[in-house]
Amino acid sequence: MESIVQIRNLHFTRGTHKIFNGISLDIRAGQVTAFMGPSGTGKTTLLKLIGGQLRPQQGTVQVFGKDIHNVGQNTLYAVRKQMGMLFQSGALLTDLNVFENVAFPLREHTQLPEQIMRDLVLLKLEAVGLRGARKLMPSQLSGGMARRVALARAIVLDPSMIMYDEPFTGLDPITKGTIVTLIKELNESMGITSVIVSHDVGETLSIADYIYVISEGEIVESGTSADLSTSSSEWMQQFLQGLSDGPVPFHYPSDNFKEDLLVGR
Amino acid sequence: MVAATIQNIGCWALGLFENLGRASIFFAKIIAAIPHALTRPRLIIKEIYSIGVLSLTIIVVSGLFVGMVLGLQGYVTLVDFGAEESLGVVVAMTLVRELGPVVTALLFAGRAGSALAAEIGLMKATEQLSSMEMMAVDPIKRIITPRFIGGFISVPLLTAIFTAVGILGGRFVGVGLLGIDEGSYWSQMQANVDLIDDVANGMIKGVVFAIACVWIALYKGYDAMPTAEGISLATTHTVVNSALAVLGLDFILTALMFGNF
Repeated sequence: MESIVQIRNLHFTRGTHKIFNGISLDIRAGQVTAFMGPSGTGKTTLLKLIGGQLRPQQGTVQVFGKDIHNVGQNTLYAVRKQMGMLFQSGALLTDLNVFENVAFPLREHTQLPEQIMRDLVLLKLEAVGLRGARKLMPSQLSGGMARRVALARAIVLDPSMIMYDEPFTGLDPITKGTIVTLIKELNESMGITSVIVSHDVGETLSIADYIYVISEGEIVESGTSADLSTSSSEWMQQFLQGLSDGPVPFHYPSDNFKEDLLVGR
Repeated sequence: MVAATIQNIGCWALGLFENLGRASIFFAKIIAAIPHALTRPRLIIKEIYSIGVLSLTIIVVSGLFVGMVLGLQGYVTLVDFGAEESLGVVVAMTLVRELGPVVTALLFAGRAGSALAAEIGLMKATEQLSSMEMMAVDPIKRIITPRFIGGFISVPLLTAIFTAVGILGGRFVGVGLLGIDEGSYWSQMQANVDLIDDVANGMIKGVVFAIACVWIALYKGYDAMPTAEGISLATTHTVVNSALAVLGLDFILTALMFGNF
């Protein structure tokens, strides 16, 4: 299966903090690929590196065959038109209603007649179940609805790949289930390559075809859901089962507790 | 101790120049995006409304009171010399050359500049600008430049309105309340206020202050840390830096225009 994204020897540092230390990976066309790992390991940063919003200190990121960090703005924007991104907050434009938010990429990039544009927007809103909410403003939407509107906006230009940044975080079980179903349906019915960044173990394992687990700047495990579930790594099992103590300690490094309590006595 | 002080000064200077460099690149990008923005006049008209039209109340009310105070103060001073008939010239010169452009720019920075910085900063904090970039829409072209052009058009117009209302305020106090001859008020103004030296120079000040205030506001918003504290700092810096820039530029422009060097 062809790789849509190829990352090779990626190094990225923010200030003095090393986020990625020479990672290499592939995202294959038509698959749901997930990046998992503890908070603060740079999963969202990785999406921004793939989208060309951040520039690595070393290494290459090839997206649709283009070295995304060494192309001009026109090529970069042409590549971005082929990829949608669902931000954690939805990132809807707050001065536009739901309809106009979904229509935004069409208005910016096409000269379609108003009637066709309306039909396209309604089709996408229908796909996420929010056609009836088209006149609402973003401030009137719940977190889950905002994310579904953002998803409709992300697919309105029919991209080849969609990147989801923490799509399940902070949602109730019903909405979470809705988002899982939508991601699966988009992947299966439209053949869209999906990249999910998440630390929601259950939902991610249920839909991902291939998973990369990232920790401390490196890929510590990769494979299918079954591979990870049967991993012999203690760290992996702690992460998947959500255990509070293990290879990742519960306590932040500190002095001896007893000595600390007796200081000054 | 001395080494640490020198090091601190060095760090401060490096930070300052880095900031100036980023602001200059930001400005260059805005200028480069102007032709594109002009092809979408609707966006600019929307910004002229929110930046200019919605600032009218504060500009008109302030202009009226500044003019009335000028009329009163001018009368009290001039009457000692029997020159109260020159009140129109005093009020008009003060407003056209100095107070009109300067006070309008300061009010603009407080009312619209801070709002621009907060709006752009909040768009950054809520990832709206990032999402635009990912939709292959350049925020500089779509969001920043229409606001820049809107401010560039609005501030000189607000300056003209402030000045005109101020002159009417001076007339209300001088002619209406203190009994100066109306003919003298207007004719002395007409005879002594020069279209190029005074009015045009005043408008040039308005244009320069417009560029400075809008640039500062947009840059501070765009460069803000995407946090509540970052946005708070951006709005504060916008008002403080704009006020300092306007006053500093005013001195330089006044020296160049009226200094007879």
